[in-house]
Amino acid sequence: MKNHFPALLASLLVTIPPAVSASSAVDALLDEYRGQGGGTFNAEAGRAFWNQAFTPPGAAEPRRCASCHTADPGKPGKHLRTGKPIEPLAPSVNAQRLSDVHEIEKWLKRNCEWTVGRTCTVQEKGDVLTYLRTL
Amino acid sequence: MGRVTRVITGLAAAGLFLAGWQVSRGDDDWGNELADRWGSASRVATADNPVYREECGSCHMVYPPGLLPARSWDRIMDSLNDHFGDNAELDAATKAEITRYLSANSADRSEYRHSRRLLRTLAPDSIPLRITETPYIRHEHNELPAQAVAGNPDVRSLSNCNACHTQAEQGSFSESEIRIPGFGSWDD
Ligand code: HEC
Ligand code: HEC
Ligand code: HEC
Repeated sequence: MKNHFPALLASLLVTIPPAVSASSAVDALLDEYRGQGGGTFNAEAGRAFWNQAFTPPGAAEPRRCASCHTADPGKPGKHLRTGKPIEPLAPSVNAQRLSDVHEIEKWLKRNCEWTVGRTCTVQEKGDVLTYLRTL
Repeated sequence: MGRVTRVITGLAAAGLFLAGWQVSRGDDDWGNELADRWGSASRVATADNPVYREECGSCHMVYPPGLLPARSWDRIMDSLNDHFGDNAELDAATKAEITRYLSANSADRSEYRHSRRLLRTLAPDSIPLRITETPYIRHEHNELPAQAVAGNPDVRSLSNCNACHTQAEQGSFSESEIRIPGFGSWDD
């Protein structure tokens, strides 16, 4: 018979909640956004923002969050310009996602600037994170 | 020449070379030099820094540092807010660490054949911001038809080295590893 210890250990590791989960990182950010004037965050508004087309100066074609991440953030995406595959963003299918405050803020800054042509407002960021979290 | 003959000739030549070598030089980087001269390795060093791999490999493949001189990496790292039309900004500490790593492993610091040729064919005052802009890399691909590169939906641009060089992210560019999507393996 095989030694079951590694499997046991693995299952223990899975059942113990990770120190920083998607929800605690997102909760911390949502609190911060509220402190900066964000109102009630709404998943439906987040979904609309996700699919909204923007044409910042210099863009040849309209850009959306969905351009790289697809309209379904639970599916893998593809970088619009380089073609590099992108793992799904929804924490429900990819537990690594939305688990690090610094990482989330870094990408929201970059992706908002490229997609929308400016930084996103705290309301937009809060709505989008709420949407991604509820998927 | 058959494969076996080639290997034997290569080994014999390498032996002769080594014999002459030890008389003429006393340094100890002969392993690299040998691979370099006899082309046993069509490669450059693998990018082995985890911070670099993580931060500079999220939007595209991890480019081997030995494919640009330090002056190019420095300039790239100093303009991350406008990185080929994208925003790739980093915090100051991460940026400093990556810049240090890239400089220390740049083409100027590398003994590999491709790095040395790339540098040798570059005007000393030119600071290319792209690997694909260097005369060496352009030259190596000048026989490729446009429909294999830009017109190829699975490649799209020469910048996607790993679309054809299946081991590019490991720094390896040997011909036997080339598969052009839609065209198959590469035969001279
Ligand atoms: C040009 C392509 C592109 C567009 C457009 C884009 N993203 Fe991204 N996004 C990426 C890439 C690449 C990553 C990093 C992927 C990785 O870590 O594997 C990323 C990561 C993220 C992350 C980090 C998730 C985590 O915790 O790891 C978030 C959040 C995100 N994007 C949200 C957005 C939003 C919101 C928009 C629209 C405003 C958007 N993205 C538009 C390419 C894009
Ligand atoms: C936010 C996305 C993103 C990140 C992060 C990023 N890049 Fe890029 N990079 C791009 C895009 C887009 C291009 C242009 C690709 C094209 O033209 O096909 C590019 C091109 C390049 C090229 C030129 C490739 C060629 O054509 O020879 C180099 C070199 C490069 N990046 C280095 C880096 C380094 C170093 C880092 C880390 C500090 C980095 N990149 C991080 C998006 C990114
Ligand atoms: C469309 C496919 C394709 C792409 C993309 C591509 N290459 Fe190549 N590369 C080739 C082919 C085919 C050859 C062989 C050319 C020949 O033998 O004439 C080659 C040759 C080379 C060689 C010479 C190998 C040797 O042993 O002499 C190097 C080095 C190289 N490529 C580096 C790169 C780098 C770096 C990139 C990305 C910046 C890149 N290539 C992108 C197809 C590609």
